[in-house]
Parts: sequence; structure tokens; C-alpha cells
Amino acid sequence: MIAEVGHYALVLALGLALIQAVVPMLGARMGDTTLMDVAGTTAVVQFVFVAGSFAALAWCYVTSDFSVVNVFENSHSLKPLIYKITGVWGNHEGSMVLWVLILALFGALVALFGGNLPATLKANVLAVQSWVAAAFYLFILGTSNPFLRLPQAPVEGRDLNPILQDLGLAIHPPLLYLGYVGFSISFAFAIAALIEGRIDAAWARWVRPWTLAAWMCLTLGIAMGSYWAYYELGWGGLWFWDPVENASLMPWIAGTALLHSALVMEKRNALKIWTILLAILTFSLSLIGTFLVRSGVLTSVHTFASDPTRGVFILMILVLFIGGGLALFAWRAPLLKQGGIFAPISREGALVFNNLFLTTACLTVFVGTLYPLALEALTGEKISVGAPFFNLTFAPLFIPLLLAMPFGPLMAWKRGDLYGVAQRLLAACGIAVLGIAVTFAMTSGGPVLAPFGVGLALWVIAGAVTDLVERTGLFKLPLSVVARRTAGLPRSAWGAALAHGGIAVSLLGIVGVTAWGTERIASMKPNDTISLGGYELTFNGALPRQGPNYRELVGRFTVRLGGNVIAVMEPSKRTFPARQSSTTEAALLTRGVSQLYLSLGDPGPDGSLALRAYHKPLVLLVWLGAVLMFIGGGLSLSDRRLRIGAPKPARKPALAPAE
Amino acid sequence: MAMTRKQRRLILIGAGVGVLGLAATLVLTALRDSIVFFNSPTDIVEKQIAPGTRVRLGGLVKPGSVERGEQLAVRFAVTDGNRDIRVAYQGLLPDLFREGQGVVAEGTIEPGGSFRADTILAKHDENYMPKEVADALKKQGHWKAGEATQAKAPGAPQGKLQ
Repeated sequence: MIAEVGHYALVLALGLALIQAVVPMLGARMGDTTLMDVAGTTAVVQFVFVAGSFAALAWCYVTSDFSVVNVFENSHSLKPLIYKITGVWGNHEGSMVLWVLILALFGALVALFGGNLPATLKANVLAVQSWVAAAFYLFILGTSNPFLRLPQAPVEGRDLNPILQDLGLAIHPPLLYLGYVGFSISFAFAIAALIEGRIDAAWARWVRPWTLAAWMCLTLGIAMGSYWAYYELGWGGLWFWDPVENASLMPWIAGTALLHSALVMEKRNALKIWTILLAILTFSLSLIGTFLVRSGVLTSVHTFASDPTRGVFILMILVLFIGGGLALFAWRAPLLKQGGIFAPISREGALVFNNLFLTTACLTVFVGTLYPLALEALTGEKISVGAPFFNLTFAPLFIPLLLAMPFGPLMAWKRGDLYGVAQRLLAACGIAVLGIAVTFAMTSGGPVLAPFGVGLALWVIAGAVTDLVERTGLFKLPLSVVARRTAGLPRSAWGAALAHGGIAVSLLGIVGVTAWGTERIASMKPNDTISLGGYELTFNGALPRQGPNYRELVGRFTVRLGGNVIAVMEPSKRTFPARQSSTTEAALLTRGVSQLYLSLGDPGPDGSLALRAYHKPLVLLVWLGAVLMFIGGGLSLSDRRLRIGAPKPARKPALAPAE
Repeated sequence: MAMTRKQRRLILIGAGVGVLGLAATLVLTALRDSIVFFNSPTDIVEKQIAPGTRVRLGGLVKPGSVERGEQLAVRFAVTDGNRDIRVAYQGLLPDLFREGQGVVAEGTIEPGGSFRADTILAKHDENYMPKEVADALKKQGHWKAGEATQAKAPGAPQGKLQ
């Protein structure tokens, strides 16, 4: 019964979405406020229905209602409650319901908090948003209905893929979807602006918080996925350049570019057409990501099922929205008025530089991800494009970007003074050179480029600090003035510095792991000892253990540093009888920001146990950097300017997006 | 030296073309040097790939062919039902490496026609066969209907190729 209610709620949501897709737009055309106001109501009610549908599906999972095919395929009555709930989106159908839930959530948020938007813009934005929603409702109802029943309910379910039974995975997809789907708002704003044929600086101010919120979630979502792959897959790698990972990276890069170009538009009323195009492209890349992951053209942990009709349906959605968006752009963009003028050496110039390199880097990822698919379709030749390709293309494009990063925030708008900025960055440059020298002196081995990587990271961090020091007048002005200036500094300045620093912190972690990480693979008998990265690991023996829905073989290892015992690590290998599959549970020992990583292999015939051990220096910095970027984004988002920047702030309550 | 809109635009376009050119060069070089072709055992025999070329070899682990040696050394044969290729590997095997199951090995062909793998990727789920392997087996007519239906079970999560 509950399942049928959920199904019905989804059908109703589709009906509402169709109304919302047409009526407000007609209203905006005819200037009829009653028709335009329909959008606000339908957006909120639509969200209520989708939420109800999602709750119904979750209820079927929690109560282990195996008469529902989806629950039978992906759940098990003995599974811990938390994984019953996360299992809702651990499969194709459920994850699509989560997708539309978030889409509807964003629509409702625009309806509720978009009070200071011009009525026609709001109506058009919500209508465009609803086209996307309607397409995805149709997709779910037509090809991926999660509420299908089995004629006879089985006694037990088939369980969720064990590597998906993990807390990291509980949070990773929702965050990623918040990012992907959040960009649909930027898309809707761009399309609405094109429909109206009018766009100004205020538009950028409205669209920026949504883009920022989506970007923050995507940042954290990607980091989360990377950490999950790191500890759950047992290979110690944190980024594989897997097509599915690239699918989330591309919208992130494009979204980063969009954030920066929207800044130019907001401040200087320039780069309007480019910003609109980026908004369309960013959401297009999110859709392409969905297509790659959901259509089954790729094989990966994210590809739940390969059903050709689904692939074709998503491809149609893709063609409709990307093609339609770009066609509208080609038709209407020339109508938009040109913006302000600026010299190449200026803040705007620096942001254009940023956009140029970000979009090009994004393009290389795009080529590397889609080239194998295109080649196979055209010639039947199967190839794999892996890390070497991306190291050769993506990295060289990111280096100039990072080198230029400290210059941007210090440059004046409209016309900057490169020499003056370089002088102010002298200290940062000194710190970077010192860092390179110290790294050279202190380390032996590792690639020659590694100290330069450290230097680059220090340069960006010191550059971000320089920006704050300059703005507050630290070291130059009396302390009381500095304190006043610090308090008066807009939060977005702190946010930008934190986010830029975050990138550098991540870079530091990546350099540390790739340059100085060590790995040992050994076949160990009890009381054998190996040394790794200065630590001594002694194998004490292996013992079997019973979990709620698995059995495991646990290896116990004593870790010593300089003769003193500092920890006992217990990596294990789990066997899940319901699916007759096994997973490797790595053991992690955190020391500062570095980690020891142990992962078990197969037991040998002579009582030995294969062990893969890694020392991962600075590895935690990779994700810490992402968290800093997230916090930086949050600070920016809470900036007063973004909340009350609109023309008529007095009458309505402040716009508080996604806080 | 106030710039006209036209000059500014020329600089922008110039910079854009420059960066795109750089990216195109990088991409083309990388595509020439760093991509790896996928081959079935039959392909490797028929195409006479030069020793030392990096390739991916996919097929089934031939039942009864796995021999384990000292220091985690493993030797096994990969078959597509038509031809077999001997593979040598040293290191840990993935969780789901089993005789009779799909496997993808990445490495180089040795002068004697055997294969030295430095990476072994196996399927991560009992429902799932790497697409490349499935296609290679289909080509040789060794695709079993039972496996086909299992691989297409709706909603069955598939494994990450590792």
C-alpha cells in the first residue's frame, strides 16, 4: 500500500511539474501576476509530493518489504538500519528518486526565498526548473519505477553490494547530487535571462549564492567519494581518473569557472554572455555526468544496471536540454548588451585568465573521458585512458592557474598594476623559494619535481595570507586600526582566501602522497616483522570473527616506532554470504596528517597472510583542503552582500539561500 | 593607452586560441603515448603485437591454470575459449579473482608470447562481468546465456573495475 502511495505521489508531482512548466511562463509573457504566482505554490507542493514518494520508498526499505522488487534486489532484513536507509539510494531507481527530490527541494527553496526576485524572472526560472524536473519524473516513471511489486514476496532480500555498505557512501551521493542538481538553478536562471532577453549585474548577484551552494556540496561530495574509494576499495588510491570520477570533476571545474565569471559580472557588469554560456555548460556537464553514470555505457561501481532504454531516455533528456539551451543561447545571446570595458592587466583580466585555464582543463578531462567511448563506437577499438593521460594534460594546465592565483585578489578592478602586485607578493615568493630549498635539503628520493610542488602550494597559501594582510593593513598600521579593519572585512574576502588556501592544502597532500608515499607487499607469517616509512609492523596472527551480516578474517598487527608500541591495527577481509562476495576492510592509523594503511590479501597455504602496507605522508591534507574550500564557500555564502544585494531589499525578508 | 573594445577582444581571442592550442598539443601527445588498447587472447595472437607494448588483456581465468609461487608470484592463463595467453604477476590479487571468472590484466607482452602483468583488475560482484571481457567472449561465441541474464538482472549493483 505504502509503495503504491509513493508511486502515486510521484505521478502527481509530474502533473504539477507540467503545470509549473507552462502556466508561469505564459503569465510572464502576458504580464499576468496570478498566473506567474502559480509557480511558487506548485514548486512547494511538488517538493512535498516528491518527499512523500521518497519517504514511502524509505519506509519499504526500513520495514524490509521484499514484495517491492527494488527492496528485494538491494536490501536484506539483517542489514543494520542505517544501511537499510542508505540502501534507498544505493541502486539506480532509488538514486533517481533522490535526484528529483533534490531538484524539487531547490525549486521549493527558490520559491520560498526568492521573494526579492523580479516576478517575471522568478516565474521563468521556476518554469525552466520544472521542465528539467518533468523530464526526470518521466524518466523514473517510464523506465526506472522503484515501486514495482513482485507477484509473490520473497522471504529474504539479495542484500546491498557490500562495498556500498558504508557510512562514507551514505553521505557521498546526496552531497554530489546537491551539487549536480544545484547547478540546475544556475541553468534555469541563464535560460530565463535568455528568454527575457535582459540581464544585468543584479542577475549575477541572485545566481551566485545558488551556484556557490551547489559548488560547496559538489566539492565536499567529490572529496567524500575519494575518501571512500581510498579506505573501502583497499587499494590505497584516492583518485583513479575513472570516467565516473571525471563525470563529477567536470561540473566542478566548470562550476568553479562560473563562480569566478559571475563575480566579474556582478562587480563590473562584464563577461555577461560568457557567464550565461558557462551556466548552461556547467549544468550540461552535470547532465552528461548523469548520463555516463546511469546509462551503463561505462562499467564502474556507480553503474547500477545497464538497460539500453534508460540510456536512450537519458540521452534524449541530454540532447533536449543541452541542445535546446545552446540553441536558445545562439539565438538570444546577441541581444544582450555589452558590458564594461577593462584592461588585460586587471582583476577582470585575472579572472578571465582563470576561466580560460579552467575551461580548457575541463575540456581535456572531457576529451580523455569521452574519447574511448567515441573510438569504440566508431572503430570498435577498445582503449583505456588512465592517469598518465590526465597527468600529462590536466596538470600542466593547472600549474599556470595556481601560479597566477595569488595575483588575482590583489589586482585592482578595471586596470591593475602588475609590478605593484608583484612587489607585494615578494614575501610570499620568498616563502615558496624557502619551502623548495628546505624540501630539497630534507628529503631524499622522490621525484625532482616534488619540492616545486611544495613550493607552488606554499606560494598559493602565502598569497592568500598576503591578501588578508594587505586588506587588514597588518604590520603597517597601528593594531587598533588593524582590528577594526579585520572586523570590517567582508566575509567573502575570508572565504576567497580560505578556498584558495584549500586548493593549495590539497595540492600539498597530493604531492606528499605521490612523491614520498611508500608501499610494501609482503607475505607474512605470525611474528614476522617488516619496516615501512620508519614504522615496524609485526604480524601477531589472524582470527575469524562474526559480524551482523558477514564473517571476517581479522589480521592483528602491532605497530612500533623506535621500539615503542604505538598501536595495534586490524585489517580484515569480510565475506557476505547473501551475495557470496567479499570485501577488504583496510585498517588506518592516523599520525598527524599522515596515515599508515594496511590491507589484507589472501591467506597462503602455509599459514601466511598476504599484506599490502602503505605509508601515506600528508594524505589527510588532500581532503582537509576540500573541507577548507567548503568552509570558504560557506563564509562567502553568508556574506551580507549576497543576502541583501537585490534592488528592493527593504520590503521583503532577506534572501537566505540554503543556510 | 586606453584600449578599444576591439583591441581588448583581440587580446582575449589570442589568449584563448593560445591556451586551446597548448591544450590540443598536450592532449594529442598524451593520446599518442599514454593510452592502452584492450585485447582478447585471440587478438594478441592474431595481431602479432610487438613485445614491450602496453596492453590490456581480458578474458576468463582458465580453470586449473592458477599456480602460486614464492613471494606472492602468480601464474595463470587467460582464455577466450579460442586462444590462451600465459600471464605472470607478482602481488596481491583482487578480492574476486577466481578460476573461471572474468579478469582484465594490464601489462606488456614478453618476447616469448607470454604476458607480464603489473595490474590485475577483476570484477567486483558476482553479477558483473567487465564489459570488455563480455564482448570478447561473445565474439568467440562462448557467452553463456545464463551469464547474460544474470549480468542484466535489473537493479543489481555492479562492481568497480579494479
